[in-house]
Amino acid sequence: MSELTGLTIAAARAALEKKEFSALELTEAYLGEIEGANGALNAYVAVTRDKARDMARACDERLARGEGRPLEGIPLGIKDLYCTQGVHAQACSHVLDGFLPRYESTVTANLWSAGAVMLGKLNMDEFAMGSSNETSYYGPAINPWRASGSEEKLVPGGSSGGSAAAVAARLCAGATATDTGGSIRQPAALTGTVGIKPTYGRCSRWGIVAFASSLDQAGPIARTVRDAAMMLGAMAGHDAKDTTSVDTPVPDYAAALGGSVKGMRIGIPREYRIDGMSAEIGALWDKGIDWLKASGAEIVEVSLPHTKYALPAYYIVAPAEASSNLARYDGVRYGLRVAGDDIIAMYENSRAAGFGAEVKRRIMVGTYVLSAGYYDAYYLKAQQVRTLIKRDFDSAFEKVDALLTPATPNSAFALGAMTDDPIAMYLNDVFTVTVNMAGLPGISVPAGFDARGLPLGLQLIGKPFDEANLFRLAQALEDAAGETPPAQRWW
Amino acid sequence: MSVDEATVRRIARLARIAVNDEEAHRLQGELSVILDWVEQLGEVDTAGVEPMTSVIPMVMKKRDDVVSDGAKADDVVANAPVSEDHFFVVPKVVE
Repeated sequence: MSELTGLTIAAARAALEKKEFSALELTEAYLGEIEGANGALNAYVAVTRDKARDMARACDERLARGEGRPLEGIPLGIKDLYCTQGVHAQACSHVLDGFLPRYESTVTANLWSAGAVMLGKLNMDEFAMGSSNETSYYGPAINPWRASGSEEKLVPGGSSGGSAAAVAARLCAGATATDTGGSIRQPAALTGTVGIKPTYGRCSRWGIVAFASSLDQAGPIARTVRDAAMMLGAMAGHDAKDTTSVDTPVPDYAAALGGSVKGMRIGIPREYRIDGMSAEIGALWDKGIDWLKASGAEIVEVSLPHTKYALPAYYIVAPAEASSNLARYDGVRYGLRVAGDDIIAMYENSRAAGFGAEVKRRIMVGTYVLSAGYYDAYYLKAQQVRTLIKRDFDSAFEKVDALLTPATPNSAFALGAMTDDPIAMYLNDVFTVTVNMAGLPGISVPAGFDARGLPLGLQLIGKPFDEANLFRLAQALEDAAGETPPAQRWW
Repeated sequence: MSVDEATVRRIARLARIAVNDEEAHRLQGELSVILDWVEQLGEVDTAGVEPMTSVIPMVMKKRDDVVSDGAKADDVVANAPVSEDHFFVVPKVVE
């Protein structure tokens, strides 16, 4: 690893300001790392070398004039779900073959306005449907972490697996990601990185390929809490082009860091101590409780009685919305077209060839639960359960400022370990999905390693739009856990 | 709740996804397992509970009813598999 790619966003930003190196040198260092690593890790599905160099040169001109913006010269990777003008954007699906957006997503446009540099597009589960990055049309991204003494390839989690792998392997300074049921926080936990899903409405969804519109949110994956705060500050904001985007000012998240968490009340939801929870995850959670206690926070036991129903309700709501959102892929306006005898056969053949097995499964479930006679029994029921889940959180937040839970039920697992059992795969999101169902912010922070030497994460859940306090608490955990060393290089 | 193969084919038709016999058979099993698993929601008493419509309470935003964008026909058809004179071309629909 080159010295430059070893720097956090905060450190690189300070060094660029002092002209210790140029933005172009920093970008070249990352392009070199990608060149050497991507064959093994498959984190990028497209590398935008020329664009990166052009952007970096423009950053150097601004820095020379003393006009550096918050992320001036910082090289980022972008999840393939984001539309980037004239650049590969296929949600890692075959059905979007050759699609080159004619416009830029609001979140990426915000990042470029803040001075960031685009290195390329990152691997992900097809249409963000998966927890291991194995449903990608481009093949799985590989976790830079391996169990001690083992050469077995492990998944980086998903759906933002390429984002997490690239950040963990130092193939970008930070990455954009998205989270519908845990797709930022689970891969962050499995790769020893920090990932935050902000409150629903905090980031614009405009120009991000839609999966489940009432649940999708953009957020960053980064190496440190401070880096994540810097990135979210640039990504967030009101956007007239997304009616669900919220028109409230974006606080200076980085400025909120470092404050004391003394006296903050942290809820421990007893229902998260699920049957069959591994002793290691239980011990990690207890350690997190001790760390926050030692920082002066007060620990309060709380109850979220409908927790166990969040995942099954999610697997009605998300597929229902997906079946509707993915109706647009019909071989007419963009992407893959496979001929048929008539127009219906053309639609059916294009979609049969274009979608992978998991995406088809979810479209079918969604179509079924929305079909005549079943709407009330499934979709309406799930949305009622969602109201109850939200009420659970509302009453907990009358007593506490934030909640602490494990981020995932396990560490990174082997490729293929769960692909034959959809429900086992879905259970990866058991601790994260409740947060999407209630629209709350949640952050995953590296908190240590399991017995095999693989990273584990803790999750903090906050009140709506209370990301500043989440970052502050997350930093208290990060300080206590100590710096996560980079994965041992084997690629 | 288990589904039969005829239902799988009906749903696939509604979803506009062509399925062969092998896929229909496999999907029958997979959908049955998933639908079975979500059945547990039946345990929850939801009588009188409002269904969630928006996680963040907000008033629907409105904008002035004016043209704010357009004249981008080139952009609109740029990614089309087949287009002609700014039209999307599809197989014949009317005999």
